[in-house]
Amino acid sequence: MSLKRKDLLGIQDLTVEEIQLVLETAESFKEVTGREIKKVPTLRGKTVVNLFFEPSTRTRTSFELAAKRLSADVINFAASASSVVKGETLLDTARNIEAMQADFIVLRHPEAGAPNILARLLRASVINAGDGGHEHPTQALLDLYTLREKKRAFKGLRLAIVGDIAHSRVARSNIYALVKLGAEVRVAGPPTMMPQEIERLGVTLFHNLDEALRGVDVIMMLRLQLERQGIALFPSIREYSRLYCLTPERMKLATPDVLVMHPGPINRGVEIAPEVADSVSSVILDQVTNGVAVRMAVLYLLSGTK
Amino acid sequence: MEVKQTSRTVMDAQEINRALTRVAHEVIEKNHGITNVALVGIRTGGVYLAKRLAKKLQEIEGTAVPVGELDITLYRDDLNARKEHPVLRKTDIPFDITRRKVILVDDVLFTGRTIRAAMDGLIDLGRPGEIQLAVLVDRGHRQLPIKATYVGKNLPTALEESVEVYLEEAGTPDRVVLLP
Repeated sequence: MSLKRKDLLGIQDLTVEEIQLVLETAESFKEVTGREIKKVPTLRGKTVVNLFFEPSTRTRTSFELAAKRLSADVINFAASASSVVKGETLLDTARNIEAMQADFIVLRHPEAGAPNILARLLRASVINAGDGGHEHPTQALLDLYTLREKKRAFKGLRLAIVGDIAHSRVARSNIYALVKLGAEVRVAGPPTMMPQEIERLGVTLFHNLDEALRGVDVIMMLRLQLERQGIALFPSIREYSRLYCLTPERMKLATPDVLVMHPGPINRGVEIAPEVADSVSSVILDQVTNGVAVRMAVLYLLSGTK
Repeated sequence: MEVKQTSRTVMDAQEINRALTRVAHEVIEKNHGITNVALVGIRTGGVYLAKRLAKKLQEIEGTAVPVGELDITLYRDDLNARKEHPVLRKTDIPFDITRRKVILVDDVLFTGRTIRAAMDGLIDLGRPGEIQLAVLVDRGHRQLPIKATYVGKNLPTALEESVEVYLEEAGTPDRVVLLP
Protein backbone atom coordinates (compact mmCIF):
# COMPACT_ATOMS: atom_id res chain seq x y z
CA MET A 1 0.00 0.00 0.00
CA SER A 2 1.19 3.49 -0.78
CA LEU A 3 -0.22 6.96 -0.72
CA LYS A 4 -1.36 7.47 -4.27
CA ARG A 5 0.16 10.91 -4.48
CA LYS A 6 3.59 12.34 -5.13
CA ASP A 7 3.52 14.98 -2.43
CA LEU A 8 2.18 15.64 1.05
CA LEU A 9 1.02 19.24 0.99
CA GLY A 10 -1.76 19.35 3.54
CA ILE A 11 -4.34 17.43 5.51
CA GLN A 12 -7.23 19.16 3.78
CA ASP A 13 -6.99 17.03 0.63
CA LEU A 14 -6.25 13.70 2.39
CA THR A 15 -8.97 11.11 2.74
CA VAL A 16 -9.74 9.39 6.03
CA GLU A 17 -8.28 6.18 4.56
CA GLU A 18 -5.03 7.91 3.68
CA ILE A 19 -4.75 9.32 7.20
CA GLN A 20 -5.39 5.87 8.69
CA LEU A 21 -2.78 4.34 6.38
CA VAL A 22 -0.14 6.79 7.60
CA LEU A 23 -1.03 6.12 11.25
CA GLU A 24 -0.96 2.35 10.81
CA THR A 25 2.33 2.45 8.92
CA ALA A 26 3.82 4.69 11.62
CA GLU A 27 3.13 1.97 14.15
CA SER A 28 5.60 -0.34 12.40
CA PHE A 29 8.19 2.43 12.37
CA LYS A 30 7.70 3.13 16.05
CA GLU A 31 8.87 -0.44 16.65
CA VAL A 32 11.97 0.33 14.55
CA THR A 33 12.73 3.50 16.56
CA GLY A 34 12.56 1.46 19.76
CA ARG A 35 15.28 -0.96 18.67
CA GLU A 36 18.89 -0.87 19.68
CA ILE A 37 19.83 -0.45 16.01
CA LYS A 38 17.30 2.16 14.92
CA LYS A 39 17.92 1.86 11.22
CA VAL A 40 16.43 0.00 8.28
CA PRO A 41 17.82 -0.05 4.73
CA THR A 42 14.56 0.89 3.02
CA LEU A 43 15.49 4.25 1.42
CA ARG A 44 19.14 3.45 0.72
CA GLY A 45 20.42 5.61 -2.12
CA LYS A 46 17.60 8.16 -1.84
CA THR A 47 18.27 11.77 -1.00
CA VAL A 48 16.14 13.94 1.26
CA VAL A 49 16.70 17.68 1.25
CA ASN A 50 15.46 19.76 4.16
CA LEU A 51 14.82 23.20 2.73
CA PHE A 52 13.98 25.53 5.58
CA PHE A 53 13.16 29.20 5.06
CA GLU A 54 12.09 29.64 8.67
CA PRO A 55 13.90 28.68 11.85
CA SER A 56 13.07 25.23 13.16
CA THR A 57 14.85 22.78 15.38
CA ARG A 58 12.26 20.17 16.22
CA THR A 59 10.71 19.62 12.81
CA ARG A 60 13.99 19.75 10.92
CA THR A 61 15.75 17.39 13.32
CA SER A 62 12.76 15.07 13.28
CA PHE A 63 12.75 14.85 9.47
CA GLU A 64 16.50 14.41 9.48
CA LEU A 65 16.32 11.54 11.96
CA ALA A 66 13.42 9.95 10.09
CA ALA A 67 15.34 10.03 6.81
CA LYS A 68 18.54 8.73 8.40
CA ARG A 69 16.74 5.87 10.11
CA LEU A 70 15.47 4.84 6.68
CA SER A 71 19.09 4.99 5.40
CA ALA A 72 18.46 7.95 3.09
CA ASP A 73 21.06 10.69 2.68
CA VAL A 74 20.04 14.03 4.14
CA ILE A 75 21.09 17.53 3.24
CA ASN A 76 20.00 20.54 5.26
CA PHE A 77 19.56 23.90 3.60
CA ALA A 78 18.88 26.82 5.89
CA ALA A 79 17.80 29.86 3.91
CA SER A 80 19.87 32.20 6.04
CA ALA A 81 23.07 30.39 5.07
CA SER A 82 22.38 29.82 1.38
CA SER A 83 22.18 31.66 -1.93
CA VAL A 84 18.73 32.85 -0.93
CA VAL A 85 20.38 35.80 0.77
CA LYS A 86 22.00 36.56 -2.59
CA GLY A 87 18.58 36.96 -4.15
CA GLU A 88 17.90 33.53 -5.64
CA THR A 89 14.20 32.73 -5.94
CA LEU A 90 12.54 29.76 -4.24
CA LEU A 91 12.01 28.01 -7.55
CA ASP A 92 15.61 28.45 -8.69
CA THR A 93 16.88 27.17 -5.36
CA ALA A 94 14.60 24.16 -5.59
CA ARG A 95 15.53 23.43 -9.23
CA ASN A 96 19.19 23.45 -8.30
CA ILE A 97 18.53 21.05 -5.48
CA GLU A 98 16.59 18.79 -7.79
CA ALA A 99 19.41 18.91 -10.32
CA MET A 100 21.47 17.23 -7.60
CA GLN A 101 19.03 14.27 -7.84
CA ALA A 102 17.05 14.88 -4.68
CA ASP A 103 14.13 12.48 -4.27
CA PHE A 104 12.36 14.37 -1.48
CA ILE A 105 12.21 18.06 -0.68
CA VAL A 106 10.98 18.89 2.79
CA LEU A 107 9.98 22.52 2.66
CA ARG A 108 9.25 25.04 5.36
CA HIS A 109 8.37 28.46 4.04
CA PRO A 110 6.79 31.64 5.44
CA GLU A 111 4.36 31.88 2.50
CA ALA A 112 1.22 29.74 2.36
CA GLY A 113 1.16 27.66 -0.82
CA ALA A 114 4.92 27.64 -1.47
CA PRO A 115 5.07 23.79 -1.30
CA ASN A 116 2.20 23.53 -3.78
CA ILE A 117 4.16 25.56 -6.33
CA LEU A 118 7.24 23.36 -5.96
CA ALA A 119 5.17 20.20 -6.09
CA ARG A 120 3.71 21.22 -9.43
CA LEU A 121 7.02 22.07 -11.01
CA LEU A 122 9.39 19.43 -9.64
CA ARG A 123 9.69 15.69 -10.09
CA ALA A 124 10.83 15.21 -6.50
CA SER A 125 8.27 14.49 -3.80
CA VAL A 126 7.52 17.64 -1.82
CA ILE A 127 6.60 17.41 1.85
CA ASN A 128 5.15 20.48 3.50
CA ALA A 129 6.89 21.10 6.81
CA GLY A 130 4.86 24.23 7.48
CA ASP A 131 3.83 26.94 5.02
CA GLY A 132 2.92 30.30 6.50
CA GLY A 133 -0.40 30.19 8.31
CA HIS A 134 -1.67 27.41 6.06
CA GLU A 135 -0.80 23.83 7.02
CA HIS A 136 1.68 21.67 8.87
CA PRO A 137 0.47 18.19 7.92
CA THR A 138 3.14 16.05 9.59
CA GLN A 139 2.55 17.82 12.91
CA ALA A 140 -1.15 17.01 12.69
CA LEU A 141 -0.36 13.40 11.77
CA LEU A 142 1.94 12.96 14.76
CA ASP A 143 -0.69 14.54 17.00
CA LEU A 144 -3.24 12.07 15.65
CA TYR A 145 -0.84 9.20 16.18
CA THR A 146 -0.28 10.26 19.80
CA LEU A 147 -4.02 10.62 20.33
CA ARG A 148 -4.72 7.22 18.85
CA GLU A 149 -2.05 5.64 21.00
CA LYS A 150 -3.58 7.07 24.18
CA LYS A 151 -7.28 7.32 23.40
CA ARG A 152 -7.85 4.62 20.74
CA ALA A 153 -10.80 6.11 18.84
CA PHE A 154 -11.35 9.57 17.36
CA LYS A 155 -15.10 9.39 17.00
CA GLY A 156 -16.78 11.41 19.72
CA LEU A 157 -13.48 12.50 21.25
CA ARG A 158 -13.82 16.02 22.68
CA LEU A 159 -10.90 18.36 22.09
CA ALA A 160 -10.15 21.99 22.78
CA ILE A 161 -7.54 23.79 20.70
CA VAL A 162 -6.43 26.91 22.55
CA GLY A 163 -4.52 30.00 21.50
CA ASP A 164 -3.68 31.93 18.37
CA ILE A 165 -5.78 29.95 15.92
CA ALA A 166 -5.53 32.58 13.19
CA HIS A 167 -1.75 32.33 12.85
CA SER A 168 -1.47 28.62 13.56
CA ARG A 169 -0.90 26.17 10.72
CA VAL A 170 -0.78 23.44 13.37
CA ALA A 171 -4.32 24.31 14.45
CA ARG A 172 -5.57 24.37 10.87
CA SER A 173 -4.12 20.97 9.95
CA ASN A 174 -5.39 19.45 13.18
CA ILE A 175 -8.87 20.88 12.69
CA TYR A 176 -9.09 19.45 9.17
CA ALA A 177 -7.93 16.06 10.40
CA LEU A 178 -9.96 15.79 13.59
CA VAL A 179 -13.20 16.95 12.00
CA LYS A 180 -12.71 14.38 9.19
CA LEU A 181 -12.18 11.65 11.78
CA GLY A 182 -15.36 12.50 13.65
CA ALA A 183 -13.98 14.24 16.74
CA GLU A 184 -15.76 17.15 18.42
CA VAL A 185 -13.43 20.13 18.13
CA ARG A 186 -13.65 23.34 20.14
CA VAL A 187 -11.40 26.32 19.56
CA ALA A 188 -10.70 28.93 22.21
CA GLY A 189 -8.78 32.18 22.14
CA PRO A 190 -9.16 35.95 22.03
CA PRO A 191 -11.22 37.38 19.13
CA THR A 192 -8.11 38.99 17.62
CA MET A 193 -6.59 35.54 17.22
CA MET A 194 -9.63 33.89 15.62
CA PRO A 195 -10.09 33.71 11.86
CA GLN A 196 -13.49 34.97 10.76
CA GLU A 197 -16.10 32.27 10.21
CA ILE A 198 -13.88 29.63 11.83
CA GLU A 199 -17.07 27.67 12.59
CA ARG A 200 -17.33 26.81 8.90
CA LEU A 201 -14.51 24.32 9.44
CA GLY A 202 -16.85 22.36 11.70
CA VAL A 203 -15.63 23.59 15.09
CA THR A 204 -17.30 25.35 18.01
CA LEU A 205 -15.92 28.75 19.00
CA PHE A 206 -15.26 29.85 22.59
CA HIS A 207 -13.71 33.05 23.87
CA ASN A 208 -13.84 31.92 27.49
CA LEU A 209 -11.26 29.23 28.17
CA ASP A 210 -13.02 27.77 31.22
CA GLU A 211 -16.16 27.12 29.19
CA ALA A 212 -14.16 25.56 26.38
CA LEU A 213 -12.37 23.16 28.72
CA ARG A 214 -15.47 21.77 30.42
CA GLY A 215 -15.57 17.99 29.89
CA VAL A 216 -12.92 17.77 27.17
CA ASP A 217 -10.76 14.65 26.71
CA VAL A 218 -7.85 16.47 25.10
CA ILE A 219 -6.42 19.98 25.37
CA MET A 220 -4.17 21.14 22.56
CA MET A 221 -2.33 24.28 23.55
CA LEU A 222 -0.77 26.46 20.88
CA ARG A 223 2.35 28.50 21.32
CA LEU A 224 1.77 32.21 21.78
CA GLN A 225 3.92 33.42 18.91
CA LEU A 226 5.82 36.05 20.84
CA GLU A 227 7.66 37.11 17.70
CA ARG A 228 4.32 38.23 16.24
CA GLN A 229 3.34 40.29 19.25
CA GLY A 230 4.53 43.43 17.53
CA ILE A 231 1.21 43.21 15.66
CA ALA A 232 -0.50 43.92 19.01
CA LEU A 233 -3.09 41.18 19.04
CA PHE A 234 -3.19 41.44 22.77
CA PRO A 235 -2.45 44.23 25.29
CA SER A 236 0.19 42.30 27.19
CA ILE A 237 1.58 38.82 27.65
CA ARG A 238 0.51 38.99 31.30
CA GLU A 239 -3.07 39.59 30.33
CA TYR A 240 -2.99 36.80 27.76
CA SER A 241 -1.56 34.49 30.34
CA ARG A 242 -4.21 35.38 32.90
CA LEU A 243 -7.02 34.59 30.47
CA TYR A 244 -5.60 31.76 28.37
CA CYS A 245 -2.85 30.01 30.31
CA LEU A 246 -3.56 26.36 31.05
CA THR A 247 -3.19 26.10 34.82
CA PRO A 248 -3.68 23.11 37.14
CA GLU A 249 -6.99 24.68 38.33
CA ARG A 250 -8.30 24.99 34.78
CA MET A 251 -7.30 21.42 33.99
CA LYS A 252 -9.78 20.22 36.61
CA LEU A 253 -12.61 21.37 34.33
CA ALA A 254 -11.69 18.67 31.82
CA THR A 255 -12.17 14.91 32.22
CA PRO A 256 -9.89 13.32 34.86
CA ASP A 257 -7.79 11.47 32.26
CA VAL A 258 -7.39 14.50 30.00
CA LEU A 259 -4.37 14.65 27.68
CA VAL A 260 -2.42 17.87 27.31
CA MET A 261 -0.67 18.41 23.99
CA HIS A 262 1.54 21.19 22.65
CA PRO A 263 3.43 21.33 19.35
CA GLY A 264 6.39 23.08 21.03
CA PRO A 265 8.39 25.06 21.71
CA ILE A 266 6.49 25.83 24.91
CA ASN A 267 6.49 29.21 26.65
CA ARG A 268 6.38 28.15 30.29
CA GLY A 269 4.10 30.38 32.29
CA VAL A 270 2.66 32.07 29.18
CA GLU A 271 0.24 29.61 27.55
CA ILE A 272 1.01 26.64 29.77
CA ALA A 273 1.89 26.45 33.46
CA PRO A 274 5.13 24.56 34.13
CA GLU A 275 3.39 22.11 36.47
CA VAL A 276 0.91 21.29 33.69
CA ALA A 277 3.62 20.84 31.06
CA ASP A 278 5.43 18.44 33.39
CA SER A 279 2.33 16.63 34.69
CA VAL A 280 1.34 13.03 33.96
CA SER A 281 -1.40 14.33 31.67
CA SER A 282 1.17 15.94 29.40
CA VAL A 283 2.11 13.98 26.28
CA ILE A 284 4.29 16.73 24.84
CA LEU A 285 7.42 14.58 24.70
CA ASP A 286 5.48 11.57 23.35
CA GLN A 287 4.51 13.86 20.48
CA VAL A 288 8.18 14.47 19.74
CA THR A 289 9.05 10.75 19.88
CA ASN A 290 6.13 9.85 17.65
CA GLY A 291 7.08 12.59 15.20
CA VAL A 292 10.04 10.60 13.94
CA ALA A 293 8.00 7.43 13.37
CA VAL A 294 5.24 9.36 11.60
CA ARG A 295 7.71 11.13 9.31
CA MET A 296 9.36 7.80 8.51
CA ALA A 297 5.93 6.53 7.51
CA VAL A 298 5.32 9.55 5.28
CA LEU A 299 8.70 9.20 3.53
CA TYR A 300 8.14 5.48 3.09
CA LEU A 301 4.61 5.81 1.74
CA LEU A 302 5.51 8.58 -0.69
CA SER A 303 8.52 6.63 -1.95
CA GLY A 304 6.18 3.92 -3.21
CA THR A 305 4.52 6.08 -5.82
CA LYS A 306 7.33 6.51 -8.34
CA MET B 1 -11.86 -21.19 -15.32
CA GLU B 2 -8.77 -22.80 -16.73
CA VAL B 3 -6.78 -22.24 -13.56
CA LYS B 4 -9.15 -24.39 -11.56
CA GLN B 5 -8.99 -27.30 -13.98
CA THR B 6 -5.23 -27.64 -13.82
CA SER B 7 -4.46 -26.59 -10.26
CA ARG B 8 -3.39 -29.50 -8.11
CA THR B 9 -3.40 -30.04 -4.35
CA VAL B 10 0.06 -31.22 -3.37
CA MET B 11 -0.45 -31.39 0.41
CA ASP B 12 -3.67 -31.80 2.36
CA ALA B 13 -4.32 -30.94 6.02
CA GLN B 14 -3.05 -34.28 7.28
CA GLU B 15 0.13 -34.12 5.23
CA ILE B 16 0.85 -30.61 6.45
CA ASN B 17 0.37 -31.76 10.01
CA ARG B 18 2.63 -34.79 9.57
CA ALA B 19 5.32 -32.69 7.92
CA LEU B 20 5.27 -30.24 10.83
CA THR B 21 5.47 -33.08 13.34
CA ARG B 22 8.51 -34.47 11.58
CA VAL B 23 10.14 -31.03 11.40
CA ALA B 24 9.51 -30.61 15.14
CA HIS B 25 11.35 -33.85 15.85
CA GLU B 26 14.19 -32.82 13.57
CA VAL B 27 14.51 -29.50 15.40
CA ILE B 28 14.79 -31.32 18.72
CA GLU B 29 17.27 -33.83 17.35
CA LYS B 30 19.52 -31.23 15.74
CA ASN B 31 19.53 -28.90 18.73
CA HIS B 32 19.67 -31.64 21.38
CA GLY B 33 16.42 -30.44 22.90
CA ILE B 34 14.95 -26.98 22.69
CA THR B 35 16.95 -25.08 25.29
CA ASN B 36 17.94 -21.69 23.87
CA VAL B 37 15.83 -22.25 20.73
CA ALA B 38 13.41 -19.54 19.51
CA LEU B 39 11.10 -19.48 16.51
CA VAL B 40 10.60 -16.42 14.31
CA GLY B 41 7.84 -16.59 11.72
CA ILE B 42 8.00 -14.48 8.57
CA ARG B 43 4.76 -12.63 8.05
CA THR B 44 2.14 -13.78 7.33
CA GLY B 45 2.14 -17.53 6.59
CA GLY B 46 5.36 -18.18 8.47
CA VAL B 47 3.90 -16.78 11.69
CA TYR B 48 1.05 -19.31 11.67
CA LEU B 49 3.44 -22.16 10.97
CA ALA B 50 5.87 -20.98 13.69
CA LYS B 51 3.05 -21.03 16.24
CA ARG B 52 2.03 -24.53 15.20
CA LEU B 53 5.61 -25.72 15.38
CA ALA B 54 6.02 -24.16 18.85
CA LYS B 55 2.95 -26.04 20.02
CA LYS B 56 4.35 -29.33 18.77
CA LEU B 57 7.74 -28.67 20.37
CA GLN B 58 6.03 -27.98 23.66
CA GLU B 59 3.96 -31.18 23.40
CA ILE B 60 7.08 -33.25 22.84
CA GLU B 61 9.55 -31.53 25.18
CA GLY B 62 7.22 -30.07 27.79
CA THR B 63 8.67 -26.57 27.73
CA ALA B 64 7.53 -23.47 25.86
CA VAL B 65 9.55 -22.00 22.97
CA PRO B 66 9.40 -18.24 22.42
CA VAL B 67 7.80 -17.19 19.13
CA GLY B 68 8.37 -13.90 17.34
CA GLU B 69 6.93 -12.28 14.21
CA LEU B 70 9.08 -10.65 11.56
CA ASP B 71 7.97 -8.29 8.80
CA ILE B 72 10.62 -8.12 6.08
CA THR B 73 9.07 -5.36 3.96
CA LEU B 74 11.63 -2.72 4.92
CA TYR B 75 14.46 -5.08 3.92
CA ARG B 76 13.17 -6.13 0.50
CA ASP B 77 15.49 -5.66 -2.46
CA ASP B 78 12.65 -4.96 -4.89
CA LEU B 79 10.97 -1.94 -3.26
CA ASN B 80 12.14 0.34 -6.05
CA ALA B 81 11.07 -2.05 -8.78
CA ARG B 82 7.51 -2.55 -7.54
CA LYS B 83 4.68 -0.31 -8.56
CA GLU B 84 3.36 -0.12 -5.04
CA HIS B 85 4.77 -0.91 -1.62
CA PRO B 86 3.42 -3.99 0.11
CA VAL B 87 1.42 -3.42 3.29
CA LEU B 88 3.84 -2.78 6.12
CA ARG B 89 3.18 -4.80 9.26
CA LYS B 90 4.78 -4.83 12.62
CA THR B 91 7.80 -6.83 13.67
CA ASP B 92 7.17 -8.25 17.12
CA ILE B 93 9.99 -10.20 18.70
CA PRO B 94 9.45 -9.94 22.46
CA PHE B 95 12.71 -11.62 23.49
CA ASP B 96 16.42 -10.98 23.06
CA ILE B 97 17.72 -13.01 20.11
CA THR B 98 21.38 -12.51 21.01
CA ARG B 99 23.17 -15.87 21.37
CA ARG B 100 19.94 -17.76 20.75
CA LYS B 101 19.41 -20.43 18.13
CA VAL B 102 16.80 -18.69 16.03
CA ILE B 103 14.76 -20.77 13.62
CA LEU B 104 13.21 -18.70 10.85
CA VAL B 105 9.93 -20.18 9.69
CA ASP B 106 8.33 -19.53 6.30
CA ASP B 107 5.72 -21.25 4.19
CA VAL B 108 7.44 -21.47 0.80
CA LEU B 109 11.14 -21.29 -0.03
CA PHE B 110 11.60 -20.08 -3.61
CA THR B 111 14.25 -17.59 -4.78
CA GLY B 112 15.73 -17.16 -1.30
CA ARG B 113 15.37 -13.38 -1.43
CA THR B 114 12.82 -13.26 1.37
CA ILE B 115 15.17 -15.25 3.60
CA ARG B 116 18.06 -12.90 2.78
CA ALA B 117 15.86 -9.98 3.83
CA ALA B 118 14.73 -11.83 6.95
CA MET B 119 18.30 -12.57 8.00
CA ASP B 120 19.26 -8.91 7.56
CA GLY B 121 16.21 -7.88 9.57
CA LEU B 122 16.98 -10.37 12.30
CA ILE B 123 20.61 -9.34 12.62
CA ASP B 124 19.52 -5.70 13.08
CA LEU B 125 17.71 -6.85 16.21
CA GLY B 126 20.70 -8.56 17.80
CA ARG B 127 23.35 -11.20 17.19
CA PRO B 128 21.81 -14.66 17.15
CA GLY B 129 24.10 -17.53 18.04
CA GLU B 130 22.78 -19.40 15.05
CA ILE B 131 20.09 -18.93 12.40
CA GLN B 132 18.32 -22.00 11.04
CA LEU B 133 15.54 -22.14 8.48
CA ALA B 134 12.36 -24.21 8.49
CA VAL B 135 9.98 -24.16 5.51
CA LEU B 136 6.82 -26.06 4.75
CA VAL B 137 7.57 -26.30 1.02
CA ASP B 138 10.84 -25.98 -0.88
CA ARG B 139 9.97 -25.39 -4.51
CA GLY B 140 13.49 -24.80 -5.85
CA HIS B 141 14.71 -22.05 -8.23
CA ARG B 142 17.05 -20.37 -5.76
CA GLN B 143 18.62 -17.08 -6.84
CA LEU B 144 20.80 -16.83 -3.75
CA PRO B 145 22.99 -19.42 -2.01
CA ILE B 146 20.43 -20.26 0.69
CA LYS B 147 19.43 -23.70 1.93
CA ALA B 148 16.72 -24.72 4.40
CA THR B 149 17.68 -26.60 7.55
CA TYR B 150 14.25 -28.29 7.77
CA VAL B 151 11.91 -28.95 4.85
CA GLY B 152 8.31 -30.11 5.14
CA LYS B 153 8.12 -31.15 1.49
CA ASN B 154 10.41 -30.84 -1.48
CA LEU B 155 8.26 -29.88 -4.44
CA PRO B 156 9.78 -29.80 -7.91
CA THR B 157 8.13 -26.97 -9.86
CA ALA B 158 8.46 -25.10 -13.10
CA LEU B 159 9.58 -21.50 -12.73
CA GLU B 160 6.30 -20.11 -14.04
CA GLU B 161 4.14 -22.23 -11.73
CA SER B 162 3.08 -20.81 -8.38
CA VAL B 163 2.66 -22.46 -5.02
CA GLU B 164 -0.10 -21.30 -2.67
CA VAL B 165 -0.23 -22.30 0.97
CA TYR B 166 -3.66 -22.00 2.57
CA LEU B 167 -3.88 -22.20 6.35
CA GLU B 168 -6.81 -22.38 8.76
CA GLU B 169 -5.57 -19.35 10.71
CA ALA B 170 -6.17 -17.23 7.61
CA GLY B 171 -9.70 -18.59 7.27
CA THR B 172 -9.10 -21.24 4.61
CA PRO B 173 -8.80 -25.02 5.14
CA ASP B 174 -5.21 -26.31 5.27
CA ARG B 175 -3.74 -27.25 1.91
CA VAL B 176 -0.89 -26.55 -0.47
CA VAL B 177 -1.83 -26.00 -4.09
CA LEU B 178 0.31 -25.90 -7.21
CA LEU B 179 -1.05 -23.49 -9.83
CA PRO B 180 0.09 -23.42 -13.44
